[in-house]
Amino acid sequence: MDTASFIFYLLATLLVIASLLVVFLRNVVHCAMALVTALLLIAVMFVTLHAPMLCVLQVMVYAGAIMVLFLFVIMFLNPGALEQQRGLWWGFGTLLAMMLAGVLVPLVATSDLPADPVAATELFGSPEMLAKSLFSDYVLPFEIASVLLLVAIIGAVVLAKREN
Amino acid sequence: MNHPFLPLLVMFAVASVIVVALLTVASLFGPKSTNAAKNDPFESGNPPTGDARIRFSVRFYLVAMLFLIFDLEVVFLYPWAIYFRHLGVFGLIQMGIFLVILTVGYVYVWKKGALEWD
Amino acid sequence: MDVNLVPLLPAVQVLVTALVVTLRDLFIKDGESRGVLAFYSLVGLGLAAAEVFFLLGGRQEGAFNDSYMLDRFALFFALIFILAAALTILSAIDYVRQTGMREGEFYALILFATVGMIVMAAANDLMVFFLGLETMSIAVYVLTGMWRSNGRSSEAAMKYFLMGAFATGFLLYGIALIYGATGSTNLAQISAYLLDQPSEWPVYLIGGGFLLLIGFAFKVGAVPFHFWVPDVYEGAPTPVTGFMSVAVKAAAFAAWARILLYKLSPLDNDWVFPLWIIAIATMTLGNLLAITQHSIKRMLAYSSIAHAGYLLIPIVVGVEWGGLPLLFYLLAYSFMTLGAFAVLTSMTEGDESKDGYSDFAGLGFKRPFLALAMALFMLSLAGFPPLAGFTGKFYVFRSAVLSGHLNLAIIGVLNSLLSVIFYLRVIVAMYMEEGGAAGKSFRQAPFVYIAVAIALLGTIYLGILPADALDWSRRAFGSLE
Repeated sequence: MDTASFIFYLLATLLVIASLLVVFLRNVVHCAMALVTALLLIAVMFVTLHAPMLCVLQVMVYAGAIMVLFLFVIMFLNPGALEQQRGLWWGFGTLLAMMLAGVLVPLVATSDLPADPVAATELFGSPEMLAKSLFSDYVLPFEIASVLLLVAIIGAVVLAKREN
Repeated sequence: MNHPFLPLLVMFAVASVIVVALLTVASLFGPKSTNAAKNDPFESGNPPTGDARIRFSVRFYLVAMLFLIFDLEVVFLYPWAIYFRHLGVFGLIQMGIFLVILTVGYVYVWKKGALEWD
Repeated sequence: MDVNLVPLLPAVQVLVTALVVTLRDLFIKDGESRGVLAFYSLVGLGLAAAEVFFLLGGRQEGAFNDSYMLDRFALFFALIFILAAALTILSAIDYVRQTGMREGEFYALILFATVGMIVMAAANDLMVFFLGLETMSIAVYVLTGMWRSNGRSSEAAMKYFLMGAFATGFLLYGIALIYGATGSTNLAQISAYLLDQPSEWPVYLIGGGFLLLIGFAFKVGAVPFHFWVPDVYEGAPTPVTGFMSVAVKAAAFAAWARILLYKLSPLDNDWVFPLWIIAIATMTLGNLLAITQHSIKRMLAYSSIAHAGYLLIPIVVGVEWGGLPLLFYLLAYSFMTLGAFAVLTSMTEGDESKDGYSDFAGLGFKRPFLALAMALFMLSLAGFPPLAGFTGKFYVFRSAVLSGHLNLAIIGVLNSLLSVIFYLRVIVAMYMEEGGAAGKSFRQAPFVYIAVAIALLGTIYLGILPADALDWSRRAFGSLE
């Protein structure tokens, strides 16, 4: 086994453990911490996939900002009161997970992955390359993204701001 | 061994070694005594009152959400700033439109008083 | 880099209007009239519609490396969205004030959603499509929950958001798999790839297609992904429900037609059979459950599921026969559904929505115009000639028969007969029972009457003189390339 696949399997194992902890830990705050770990591991995985920019974004946006929101929701909802039996939902969730596995396993098992992965060049995934494609091929999505963010701002204020 | 991420790996390794070493040293040589007062949460010297898990005001949530949205805006600025010289005037116009649209959002948030804690 | 901005004109027009409304609203003091905002919105939509007509005469143009195609297909749908937005705003003017929702944001969000829809219908690139979809979806989630003093509205927004986010996940995963297989998000390049290498596709490409299919099925509310529809439609403010059941559905079908039905049609063989089942299940379940409802709003939600089922028939039938009926039916459906929801809006008293069958009792004698219009919308939805719904259904079933899907046509006709039960019940309540809610007079809510009148004219016109619209639908679908 070469170094690259060793690192991959190491990261993958840790990621699976962290994800399992998110599901199985009883304390919601601990679950959130396990989730941060999982997100950070994904960030490291992006580096091994030659996408350092995505790694930075993953840390900034997911492990940073979105986790802050998660913690706010947890504190907002007062988790102590939420401990309860998990019977029905667990059955339902397991069923969904099995369905997803049923779709994904055959996909992976056939293993006819593309011969030339998109990440072939050294510079792929660097901020420069990202900027180059973002501001040439994907200008329109970029501009629409600003509209999307504006709608999100208005929506956040409309739904969460206290009426005077 | 010229991988661009090698310094990063070294940094992580050194950091982990220092943390583990300090914890080990502290637990080996530190004085140990436990009593009830020591296990109390330390609230500026006052005796603790009430539950630590209180409900947070929904206003925090609005602030956090607005932070997240403007954080995402910054994410777009970062690659643009790096590549700015190659993009020229066209790049300036692109980012200008992007920022003008989001500035409308900023003005909106400001005028609606969503940034105020009333 | 090609920077042809002309094709963006209608979307930008609506966007600028939305920005102006948002900003103007900030400088109107509390308690002052905000009528000017609705006026701005309608003027902006009118200008956008004028631009669409202007562009219809020109040649088809793509922009931004053909990731955005403003062809006749996109223009056709742009008109549907503009129409839906305008009628929604007209019927909401009084409603918004009554229920104490924020006027400025309400109109602005309707306009933002319209921008997203126009982008969706014109998107020739999966990324552009996805961003358009999200712009639309987020705006509509917020609109659903805008009536904040009403708990059901908040509940509906929450349910809609969770289900919508789930569907978005499917769509995004599908897009990622397709990108991984073909190396491009541009639909022209994807379809070129599919044609170059017939039947040597990796399995996950087909998987990606299926995930897209599931995402679309969620968005149009097809069985078995319809669970959110009744609760969300019932809880949302009534004008928003009308907007959702027409414009959001039309936008989803527009993207479905362009992406799955047209550009990814080589993958067709794999999903004809599942779609066939989904279409039948959607029609039948929608109609059966609609019979059991006590609230007209909820009945219309199930009826909207059933109509999604009828609209799936042209999708099953395929590109060759399905184009014209799909587009024409969507146009016809827009008029009659928006009209029905406008009437429903006018029934609101204070902050209480009067949407039960019993509330409509005796409306025929209290508000003859509203009742007559409602009766015609119901007959049209059920498919009685000579109204728009009949013409639409006729062409849908005809396409099924001509393409050899006789069983679909038969089940569709049986379903239409079934639907007569609950549509007629509204008419029976209005003309043969007594003692319901009062409804609004023209003086109390003039704009709702205007909206109803426009929808009524459209419903009758498309029923009696469908030739122009049919020709238009045919050419619009033919413009996909």
